[in-house]
Amino acid sequence: MSSTQARPTLVRRRPRGATFLLALPVPALILVFWTIGVQQAWDLPFGIQMGFLPTPWEVGRRLVDLAAGGIVDDAFSGTLPAHLWASTQRVLAGFGLAVALAVPLGVVMGRYSLAFRMLDPTVNLARPIPVTAWAPLTLLIIGYGDGSAIFLVFLAAFFPVLLNTIAGVRQVPPRLIEAAAMLGTRPAQVLYKVVLPASMRSIASGLRVALGLAWVILVVGETVGISTGLGAMITQARDQSKTDLIVAGMIVIGLCGFVADRLLSGALTLVTRRRPTLT
Amino acid sequence: MPHIGTVRPRQPADVRVRSLGKEYPSRSGAPVAAMADVDLEIPAGEFVCVVGASGCGKSTLLRILAGFEHATAGSVEVGGLPVTGPDPERGVVFQDYGLFPWLSVRENIAYGPRQARLQRPVVQERTDRFLDAVGLTRFADRFPSELSGGMQQRVAIARVLANDPSLLLMDEPFGALDALTRSSLQGELSRIHRETGTTVLFITHSIEEAVYLADRVVVMAGGAAHGVPGHVREEIRIPLGPDRDVTSAEFNALKRRISALVHQEATAA
Repeated sequence: MSSTQARPTLVRRRPRGATFLLALPVPALILVFWTIGVQQAWDLPFGIQMGFLPTPWEVGRRLVDLAAGGIVDDAFSGTLPAHLWASTQRVLAGFGLAVALAVPLGVVMGRYSLAFRMLDPTVNLARPIPVTAWAPLTLLIIGYGDGSAIFLVFLAAFFPVLLNTIAGVRQVPPRLIEAAAMLGTRPAQVLYKVVLPASMRSIASGLRVALGLAWVILVVGETVGISTGLGAMITQARDQSKTDLIVAGMIVIGLCGFVADRLLSGALTLVTRRRPTLT
Repeated sequence: MPHIGTVRPRQPADVRVRSLGKEYPSRSGAPVAAMADVDLEIPAGEFVCVVGASGCGKSTLLRILAGFEHATAGSVEVGGLPVTGPDPERGVVFQDYGLFPWLSVRENIAYGPRQARLQRPVVQERTDRFLDAVGLTRFADRFPSELSGGMQQRVAIARVLANDPSLLLMDEPFGALDALTRSSLQGELSRIHRETGTTVLFITHSIEEAVYLADRVVVMAGGAAHGVPGHVREEIRIPLGPDRDVTSAEFNALKRRISALVHQEATAA
């Protein structure tokens, strides 16, 4: 054969140890700065009064107590699993609902210009309204509780998934649709056989953005009228001026977003079985 | 290279194109005729190459035969049946391959037989046979992005052959390949045509390629840029046998003649 036998080019891996060591100094410096700043009660720009902050040590202590109890022994000791579980359920419900509706709608809007022209203006009108602006209305029309929080998460996740799905579907080369047709794909199957796999990358990035936003909005959604959940926990901590608890809650929420993103990426890799897609 | 095999349940189809015309709507409102009064008859099993300057309507002709576009005048019949839409009986090979990037080479080739709901062992057998026929057995589990252009085009050819088409439509399939790959693929295609006996309509810019491959070369001319709709200028029979010698006098005489026909148009207009 005259053609060159191409092999996939591998990105040269840097040794993992070096990467780890390089990442260490910055967080270490922040911790030192933080500790000294709190002890000396520094005043920073924006009127940040570091004297009001807990030390990293206090936050760590609070985190352990939250998770396992037995250190601080207050109303929050050992309650982390309950908060975590309640929040995770709300995120899953809102995000799942958003995906279940936005992906099919996005495929239809991306594929059929009639649907796109009918729906796109409305989508573009509704989209710029911040989810936080929906919150007061939501509390009035749905009421305090799970329903409101889930609805807000749903709203936050819906648009990124929808827009990325539309964009992905519109980028599918017409050539692939033609190829599928001449190979005997029934028209009803083209969406599933070609359009969906060909727009997978774009849909996946929409899902990741949406899941990140879902955790952001969750905290807003849990601020009022909810007793269990990470957002509720932070709100209660603010009411009781427990700054160590607030920071501990922030860290847990950040970790949740991070872990959720890793899990979603892993799940997407499993679904696509590491197949290449359109770039 | 191994043999493709003898089982051929589907007979090659003949093609009848009668006073075919295609008009596109234009911005000014008056439709623009891309092609008018094209007549073409291809007996079953013949290898026909269509050459002509850009815009002469040769791709439009192929796309109408494939069922991707509809004619605005005239009729198209393949195997005695009017063309109403794409069909696995009419396999298309594109210049840009059109492989599914998320499917491996094997899965790309098995795609058509699977869509036809053939039984698993049959799909497997056909896939293996055509992987072998295009010499890609070793690359069966690679993805298209991991292959060179020539290898991708081999996959595209195997993919339509696995559907056992009665007509093969090829739209400048080797146009994007380097000269060496191109000539080796021309040889392979020639051999595949001899073995399968499928009718082939092959569009190319290369006159040498046309003379090398075809039983008959159709020269198209005209097009919107020339103020005349695209039409068939002349058909030239290529009375050369298999394994053609591109350096022979006969070969080059045919090349010169077709070249004159193609270029005459461009300068006359």
